[in-house]
Amino acid sequence: MTMKHTAFDKARVVSSKSVLAIFISAMVIFIMGPILWLGMHAFATSWTYPNLLPNGWTLHWWHQVFLDSTLSSAIRNSLIISPVVVMFSALICLPAAYAVSRTNFFGRKTFLIGIFAANAFPKIGLFAAIATLYYAFNLMGTLIGVVIIQILGTIIYMIWIPAAAFSAVPRNLEEAARDAGASKTRVFRTITLRMALPGILVAVIMSFLAAFDEAQGTYLVGAPTIYTMPTEMYSLVENYPIQVAAVFSVLLAVPSIILIALARKHIIGGQLAEGFQIR
Amino acid sequence: MNQETTPPLGLELIGLRKILGGRVIIDNLNLKVNRGEMVSLLGPSGCGKTTTLRMIAGFLTPDAGRVEVDGIDVTARGPEKRPSAMVFQNYALWPHMSVYKNVAFPLKVRKVLKEEIDARVTRVLEMVNLIHHKDSRPSQISGGEQQRVALARALVQEPKVLLLDEPLSNLDARLRVKVREDIREVQSTLGITTVIVTHDQDEALSISDRIAVMNSGAIEQFSSPTQLYIAPMTEYVANFIGSLNRVEGSYSGGLISSGSDVIGIRPEDIAFLNSHVEGSFPARVDHVVSRGHFSEVYLQRGDVKLRAFIAGDVPTRGSIGYAKINRAMIYRDGRLVNSNG
Repeated sequence: MTMKHTAFDKARVVSSKSVLAIFISAMVIFIMGPILWLGMHAFATSWTYPNLLPNGWTLHWWHQVFLDSTLSSAIRNSLIISPVVVMFSALICLPAAYAVSRTNFFGRKTFLIGIFAANAFPKIGLFAAIATLYYAFNLMGTLIGVVIIQILGTIIYMIWIPAAAFSAVPRNLEEAARDAGASKTRVFRTITLRMALPGILVAVIMSFLAAFDEAQGTYLVGAPTIYTMPTEMYSLVENYPIQVAAVFSVLLAVPSIILIALARKHIIGGQLAEGFQIR
Repeated sequence: MNQETTPPLGLELIGLRKILGGRVIIDNLNLKVNRGEMVSLLGPSGCGKTTTLRMIAGFLTPDAGRVEVDGIDVTARGPEKRPSAMVFQNYALWPHMSVYKNVAFPLKVRKVLKEEIDARVTRVLEMVNLIHHKDSRPSQISGGEQQRVALARALVQEPKVLLLDEPLSNLDARLRVKVREDIREVQSTLGITTVIVTHDQDEALSISDRIAVMNSGAIEQFSSPTQLYIAPMTEYVANFIGSLNRVEGSYSGGLISSGSDVIGIRPEDIAFLNSHVEGSFPARVDHVVSRGHFSEVYLQRGDVKLRAFIAGDVPTRGSIGYAKINRAMIYRDGRLVNSNG
């Protein structure tokens, strides 16, 4: 009886393991495959159809990207604009997120759904409308104009995720801190903000990637004076060899990989997981 | 009596009133707790006991009335400025801090010197037997241990008043008895004025010096556990504390006749005899439930059913004998008129 039972259990474990294996392989093929393809192109002299490997290896394309002044200025622009966008977005949105989670002001639901709705429609229409406004305020082709456009795309992450994170902090943990003698600001700093931090971190990463990746609005508002990496991609694909585009794509993926690697410790198995265990 | 001969009370609630969501939760509540005394607020959920506790702690501001600790009015102060410390129902330990840091936090915010913090935290963690867990996170220790950390975090503040909000409700039955004895021991050793909120009468009866039984925002009776059991002042309290046979009628000399009083009889005050004695009446054993060290015997006489706790020889089901009521409590309009009947 027990033997049969364990045999059955074993079969179940084996089958669930094989499903997991298939799932992971699919993930690797579909996510890693294109990246691998790009990575190899970035170092290839040329790579034509029947060959399994590139015809030769070179760093030539990397030189070309870094020596080309328009391309390197696009990289510089991206690396400056995205952090600035995240910073301002956090300054604007985090207090809003706290207010949304902790107060029940008039129109709260409409506000939350409104933010969501702005992201639910094709943005290009919204951008076209914004462009006419930009002309009126002389923001076309300016750094501020690009920053504002990119902040728009980050708002949904910077409000929804931190609002959920603030809401997830149990009220009695804050009360316990008040009872222990901490002032309201101290409670916010040491308990509320500290416990919402993993959620805020996720929002920061998502916002950074959203800003770093934003092309439509940036192109419409920034071109022809301000190019970032994604907008430069448009001309790259048309005007440069495919290997240069591959180099650029790899560069575009670097921040995501670094950020996720940095955040991994905090998000998985860190406080985010632990924080939700508490009743 | 002059002021020097009367020491101030540990805690006094004077005319407290609280309205929440348009509903009067607490109305004109008065309570005097002596220094070092342990008092329970006992009542069903929704009776206002937690609201009262939160007003003492400072999380709620009363709409009227005062809270005084050691004779000092603290009503206007926020929770962080009150000399009270609370143990929360779910312990409310901070998950991102170790046990040590949880307990040290109240001292840290009060800017106590590091060496003193260390000494006090170590002392209080030793008192609750958790010094070996000082570097653990709250999620890594058991519910009973979390509860002791919460107690330690309150005690380390050396509060004038200790507040406990249903401190045992998340523990299993066996642990509950152990922890309540621990709490009682620590409390009486340190002599802290303590208020404990509970809906569990066993807990209240076994741990408290005095119990305030609450009913819809007011205190029905405030007295010692024994007094509360022997002479519940109202029918409500009699029903709430212990087991009770409730019979409508008129009582005299051990016999019940028709009438409009409410007669309350504790099951252990009923004896079952084989032969008639003065003041007994014939009854039949309807059924018997064994409770281990005693038996619950259901006696039937006409349309009156009485439950008796009987130790020793247990009558068999269906047997006929005589029920003798040794003591009854008589209520008229819900108020006690006689408790020796």
